[in-house]
Amino acid sequence: MVTVVTTPDLRLTLYRGMVRARYFEQRVYDLFLEGIVKGTTHLGLGQEAVAAGFAAAMHPGDMTFCTYRGHNHTLLRGAPMGALIGEMAGRSIGICGGKGGSMHLTDVPKGAMGSYAIVGAHLPIAAGAAWAAVVRKTGQVAVCFFGDGATNIGAFHEALNFAAIWRLPVVFVCENNLYMEYTPISAVIPVEHPAADRARSYGLPPLIVDGNDADAVHAMATDVIELARRGGGPSLVEAKTYRHKGHSRADPGTYRPQHEVEAWLAYDPLRIYRDRLLEAGIAASTLDQIERESMSEVDDATEQVRNASPPDPATLETDLWADGGSSWRN
Amino acid sequence: MAELTYRHAVARGIAQEMERDPTVVMIGEDVAAAGGVFKTTEGLQARFGPERVRDTPISEQAITGALMGAAMNGLRPIGELMFSDFLMVCWDIVANQIAKTRYMTGGQVSLPLVIRTANGGGTRFGGQHSQSLEAMVMAIPGLKVVAPANPRDVIGLMAAAVRDDDPVVVFEHKKLFAMKQDVPDGEIVDRLGVATVVIPGSDVTIAALAAMVPVAEEAARRLKESGVSAEVIDLRSLVPLDTQTLLGSVSRTGRLVTVEENPRLCGWGAEVASIVAEEILWDLDGPVVRITTPHIPLPSSAELEDLAIPSPERVVEAVLRLQ
Repeated sequence: MVTVVTTPDLRLTLYRGMVRARYFEQRVYDLFLEGIVKGTTHLGLGQEAVAAGFAAAMHPGDMTFCTYRGHNHTLLRGAPMGALIGEMAGRSIGICGGKGGSMHLTDVPKGAMGSYAIVGAHLPIAAGAAWAAVVRKTGQVAVCFFGDGATNIGAFHEALNFAAIWRLPVVFVCENNLYMEYTPISAVIPVEHPAADRARSYGLPPLIVDGNDADAVHAMATDVIELARRGGGPSLVEAKTYRHKGHSRADPGTYRPQHEVEAWLAYDPLRIYRDRLLEAGIAASTLDQIERESMSEVDDATEQVRNASPPDPATLETDLWADGGSSWRN
Repeated sequence: MAELTYRHAVARGIAQEMERDPTVVMIGEDVAAAGGVFKTTEGLQARFGPERVRDTPISEQAITGALMGAAMNGLRPIGELMFSDFLMVCWDIVANQIAKTRYMTGGQVSLPLVIRTANGGGTRFGGQHSQSLEAMVMAIPGLKVVAPANPRDVIGLMAAAVRDDDPVVVFEHKKLFAMKQDVPDGEIVDRLGVATVVIPGSDVTIAALAAMVPVAEEAARRLKESGVSAEVIDLRSLVPLDTQTLLGSVSRTGRLVTVEENPRLCGWGAEVASIVAEEILWDLDGPVVRITTPHIPLPSSAELEDLAIPSPERVVEAVLRLQ
């Protein structure tokens, strides 16, 4: 493994990424309570270090595939915040025109190749995108995020095997937040680590990283992404983390022991990283400014959403087909 | 012009497109080194190389998922599902992911991919290797569906499917693989959504698809001997559906019989019948009759399977009752 030197600039990028993701999702939570964001949301609050660390290690042409808990990943690849919240609110300014919603945030020009809401389905899709990168010799890498629960579904195993035998440039990242929806992952797997303990089955080394430590995530991400880019094949990374909220809007998360929640809240990726940066001699005012700018971005995005119109009814039957329409007969 | 079998037409159609466009690639179980279990892809790997024609594990979700991801990233991939029955093990990828993603992303994602699959009965394979699943695919918004009935159409519709910017499921019929036909030399390219009047007639319209087209043609020949002039339409494509050709014919003949290999409920003929009822009911001189397989899985015994799948006799009988 390469040891990555974390420079001050990079550290500020990681911190800014986590702060933006945190404030953004906190606002999404508030806007849901206000009735502006509708449907459901699956927040990644507490898991920001994984998104920030990987996004900072990816190149512009690289491709992100994520799940319904993918707001932070989509944002940190560069999708505009107003268009993301607008999508969750079903407004015309939504990144998908109001046709996708919270669980399908996508920004193809930015390399955010979709949020997939059927558990595990996007692992083979990410492998396919990586296959095309090989055939077309583009040098792209696909990074595919999923939860611990996805390691029990068939598509996970098909995709790992497929990517391994074809040595595809894809990085599979299990965000192990210890719960598959409402059930502890430990209750539904026969091994300790849902991803890492399965890696050997596909000829891959078990890789575990502290998913709340942005530096550690970024170092791991850089290693596995560049390995893939060099033709070294896929990797499977297990990032240990924790979600601060329940599985989705409908879930208060009461099945989790209070002491466990408190311990993880104390090990908040933003808090530990801020402390680390201060210890490293970065001025508090620099961090304060990042926080102010991020809050201002969230406020601007919120304002855009409040002022946005609903989708034009004429768009209901557009964009099923490549010709822009949805006709099935002549 | 040369005689060509339906199975060789599959390889010729794919080769025609791979020759023309370097982004066309093909994957599937046993399709490359072995040339396919139905020998429909023989010679393609030797001709186009192991990177463009590639064997996969028995992993239908990986195959269809890989098609989708590759199509998102600049290829025009073709994937084979050995039997259409295996659509059931990757139905999430096909129906939830491939079909919906363009719409759900507001048109951001293009998926120019082809899923080829061996469909239909008459081969004594039993209930899990004989289904006619075209209507199930037809029911999902975002998937196009074609089912060629002869070697020439295999080439033309394969080319149309590969060149289309949307996902297309091509149903190749197992019972037709040995069918021979004189096929013109050179490039053959069709458009999706164009039905063919195979036999013109004036008394009744018989609409059929894939292996039911020769059944309908045979019925029309026998009906002619009884003095009934039947028009046989090969739909060729269910999505898009050529309703103009169909409705024009039924308006003229005043009668419609559909011949469907699928089980009774929600077959493609039910949709066709409802369009006819809504739009040209007053042109009809009698009820629309659907001839289908009974609502059962297909049995493997030759005698039972032949009873189940629509036959020329059943078509003739139904048409004569209408006169």
